[in-house]
Amino acid sequence: MPVALRAPGWWRALAYIVLGIAFCYGLSIGARALFGYDPLLDGESVLRISLIAVPFFFLVGLGCFDYWFYWAAGRPTRPEDHSGHGAYSWKDYFRPNTDHKVIGIQYVVTSFFFLFVGGLLAMLMRAELAAPGRQFVDANTFNGLFSVHASLLIFLFVIPVFAGLANFVLPLMIGAPDMGFPRLNALSYWLLPVAGLMMLLSFAAPGGSFASGWTAYAPLSTSAPLGQEFFTVGVQFAGASSIATALNFLVTIITMRAPGMSFFRLPLLVWANFSTSLLVVIATPFIAASQFFVLLDRGLQFNFFNAGKGGDVLMYQHVFWFYSHPAVYIMMLPSFGIISEILAVKARKPIFGYRMMAFSLLAIVVLGFTVWAHHMFVSGMQPWIRIPMMITTAIIAVPTGIKIFSWLATLWRGVLHLDTPMLFALGFLTMFTCGGISGVMLAMIPLTIHVSDTYFIVAHIHYVLFGGSLFTIFAGVYYWFPKMTGRMYDERLGRLHFWLTFVFFNLTFGPMHIIGVQGMPRRVSDYAQQFATWNLFISISAFILGLSSLIFAYNMIASWRGGPRAVANPWRALTLEWQVSSPPPIFNFDAIPTVVGGPYEYGVPGAVHGVFKGAEVPAPAGTHATTTAE
Amino acid sequence: MPQESTPRRERKRTVQQMVLVGVIASAAGIALGLSIHWFPPADSTQADKVDTLWDVLIIATVPVFVLVTVVVLFSVLEFRMRPGEENLDGPPIHGSTRLEVIWTAVPAILIVGLVTYAYIVLHDIEKAPAAGNPERHVAVTGQQFTWSFAYNEGGKKFTSAQLYLPVGESVKFDVGSKDVIHDFWVPDFRMKIDAVPGITTHYRITPKASAIGNHDIVCAELCGLGHAFMRQTAHVLSKPDFDKWVQSKIAKPAATAGGAQPATIDAKKLFTEGNPDTSATACGTCHTLADAGTTATTGPVLDKVLKGKDAAFIKQSILQPSAVIAPGYQDGIMPSNFGDTLSAEQVDALVQYLSKVTNK
Repeated sequence: MPVALRAPGWWRALAYIVLGIAFCYGLSIGARALFGYDPLLDGESVLRISLIAVPFFFLVGLGCFDYWFYWAAGRPTRPEDHSGHGAYSWKDYFRPNTDHKVIGIQYVVTSFFFLFVGGLLAMLMRAELAAPGRQFVDANTFNGLFSVHASLLIFLFVIPVFAGLANFVLPLMIGAPDMGFPRLNALSYWLLPVAGLMMLLSFAAPGGSFASGWTAYAPLSTSAPLGQEFFTVGVQFAGASSIATALNFLVTIITMRAPGMSFFRLPLLVWANFSTSLLVVIATPFIAASQFFVLLDRGLQFNFFNAGKGGDVLMYQHVFWFYSHPAVYIMMLPSFGIISEILAVKARKPIFGYRMMAFSLLAIVVLGFTVWAHHMFVSGMQPWIRIPMMITTAIIAVPTGIKIFSWLATLWRGVLHLDTPMLFALGFLTMFTCGGISGVMLAMIPLTIHVSDTYFIVAHIHYVLFGGSLFTIFAGVYYWFPKMTGRMYDERLGRLHFWLTFVFFNLTFGPMHIIGVQGMPRRVSDYAQQFATWNLFISISAFILGLSSLIFAYNMIASWRGGPRAVANPWRALTLEWQVSSPPPIFNFDAIPTVVGGPYEYGVPGAVHGVFKGAEVPAPAGTHATTTAE
Repeated sequence: MPQESTPRRERKRTVQQMVLVGVIASAAGIALGLSIHWFPPADSTQADKVDTLWDVLIIATVPVFVLVTVVVLFSVLEFRMRPGEENLDGPPIHGSTRLEVIWTAVPAILIVGLVTYAYIVLHDIEKAPAAGNPERHVAVTGQQFTWSFAYNEGGKKFTSAQLYLPVGESVKFDVGSKDVIHDFWVPDFRMKIDAVPGITTHYRITPKASAIGNHDIVCAELCGLGHAFMRQTAHVLSKPDFDKWVQSKIAKPAATAGGAQPATIDAKKLFTEGNPDTSATACGTCHTLADAGTTATTGPVLDKVLKGKDAAFIKQSILQPSAVIAPGYQDGIMPSNFGDTLSAEQVDALVQYLSKVTNK
């Protein structure tokens, strides 16, 4: 066998994919022969097995499991598996790599690829909706467009891009050389492109892509054409990736903090990811379960959700939302972390009420598990459940409000550096407040009865996930761009990007509140004549919003290739990731730092967060004693 | 201290200005929020209470948004970095327990108030009519992609493809589904509930006097290919008109609604527009037919699948769509209620028309 096929890499991965497909044919034909089914070859059955099995063949071929297989077989493990650390050329980004900085960039770039694909699908939807009647896609394709749009942006963009940013900066922030489980980290990343590709390939499935929304309610999903299974199985891979990364973050945060880094000296981004990881680890298995139910219903007629055979249709929604409501916070809490970092640095002031900021995160984690059925106010569940869910849903605005007000107090009397990351952070503050307010309105059951499943919901979720999450993602990417790439981005293009995004975001999603309350249902390819004017307006705004993202793409690519070199600490930040070179050295720190003070002591004379061995140690924050290095 | 002096200090006047701007902006925001024509017509007694709740929410929440926005804007104006301040830091303020207690307690109180009010509204819009007042039950059944309505008027049971309601009387809908989840929503009445296979769900409304006329019925829960087209009409009639309609249904149980048919039936128009009176879906919504100029691809292309077929086959395909399924298409997509929503003459006219244009 040629070396290329034996060594881990893309050639071996390709060979294993072929092997995997052959295996699936064999398994399907063999099993059908055994049970005497006719015909022996059934395309659907082969495809169904392939969706589950072939990704594993691919991952094994690529080399994600090599170390563990060698170890399990008692063969000498190869140390070079771990020294696949660091990227020396662009090719290193295309193999399993155990360096958290490489993985972070892999995550961020991959998820931005899916942002652009998902955004493109949104453009197609807006083109179809620009006028009533049918423009150029039929109802089936349209249902597929919004289903894939939402699934990609939730499972392949917002959730993983936060994991990616945190992957890069979190170990640096806590003074660790890497994540706790570097090989698991590499595997978590490679599960993602598998999930994303699967969802995209569903467009090529017989009967079209999955078209039952990202919520995939049974029994619509259990009776849909085969494309549905690309979602059912794809979510399992995205979910497994999410869970593995969350475990990794928890272990890293708990065990790998630098000396002196107590929990209350952690930057709030670390607190935010700690909270998010708790949510992921506890909640994500529930969506896995809901999709396994669907898979078993579809493939093996388990009839979990077949009312005629004793199934329970509402059970799907309870299990699904028990994950998918916490998922909203999985997509929000890391934002809170990013905003806290940026506001403190750019306002040159300590975070106002640090401990309450940390505790409110934990309060949201706990409360986040008690509100899921507010998605089911009109589902026909037991009516009394609605009341406690209304109360908890409204109450969750209190810890969120604490955060908003604390950020405002952080701004007050600061010295505000109004550059691109700060503009996006301030944009987040106002837009997320808007989304939060419509969220409180939606907690009120009588109103929700009228507006659920309308464009009001579409407006609300986009104010939260676009005006909330995506604004902070942009803020974070601009903020850490110098650290990740070693180059500076173009500030003028960055500001242009912000203003276009901010204005056209509001023009796109603001009017959706109005047409929603007026009675336009969501998830429709056609609508009544009375909504025509607003829809045309929304479509035009959406196209400009889409175009504005090209400025971002150009800025990122051009600056990465040829931007001016970044210094180690262009923002004069105190947190540890800015105390090393840009980009950081291969194992992050030449010497592990010792943390001697809080992360946001701006304005405190001579304040220092961490000190490095051998360096002269300035006085810790808040004291006047002079100490020296050991 | 890194702070130099007065220019960077928070001035009392700034706070006063901010409060003033905030109050004016809140008032303007509330006025704008209340003047926007948000809702469709309020045609049930329930609708008025929901619309009032909305007004209260606007009044309660606009100031919150204004507060955040005004503080951000004033911070930007007052505290932005000016030339020469590149290395300046703000004052090291770490927090204030008093402020934190205030901004935890005040929103909590506001929320408890809103939740209590919402609970009262919910109770009001769902409560049964006072004892002695009649309440009609209408069984609503959803299926891909149409609604049907079953009545029980004085012991006489009949079904209708359209919803007819008398004005001023409470009606309780018992909602069910034959296949997947649908959602029974009349925006003008403000209420909705999912139609869930296996269980019966409910809500009640009382049409107001202003409701006499037609109202859209919309399916609000994604139910498959024809979801966007699952629209029907609710007719609210005066009590005498309603009784007349009931009499006509009882007199001819199998009758087709829609009143007198025109002498000649324009089959092509029927194909492209359906029959809005009985909410018969237009064939052209889903089917391509060259002669009628439709290009939809949800269902099979009729020029192809009906070519060379006889009239009996075409009639069977209209009335029993599941009898023969064109290759590559799913069973159960096409409504199976054309026998109810079209008169026999209309079906014959359609068959004749389709037979002619597909066998040219």
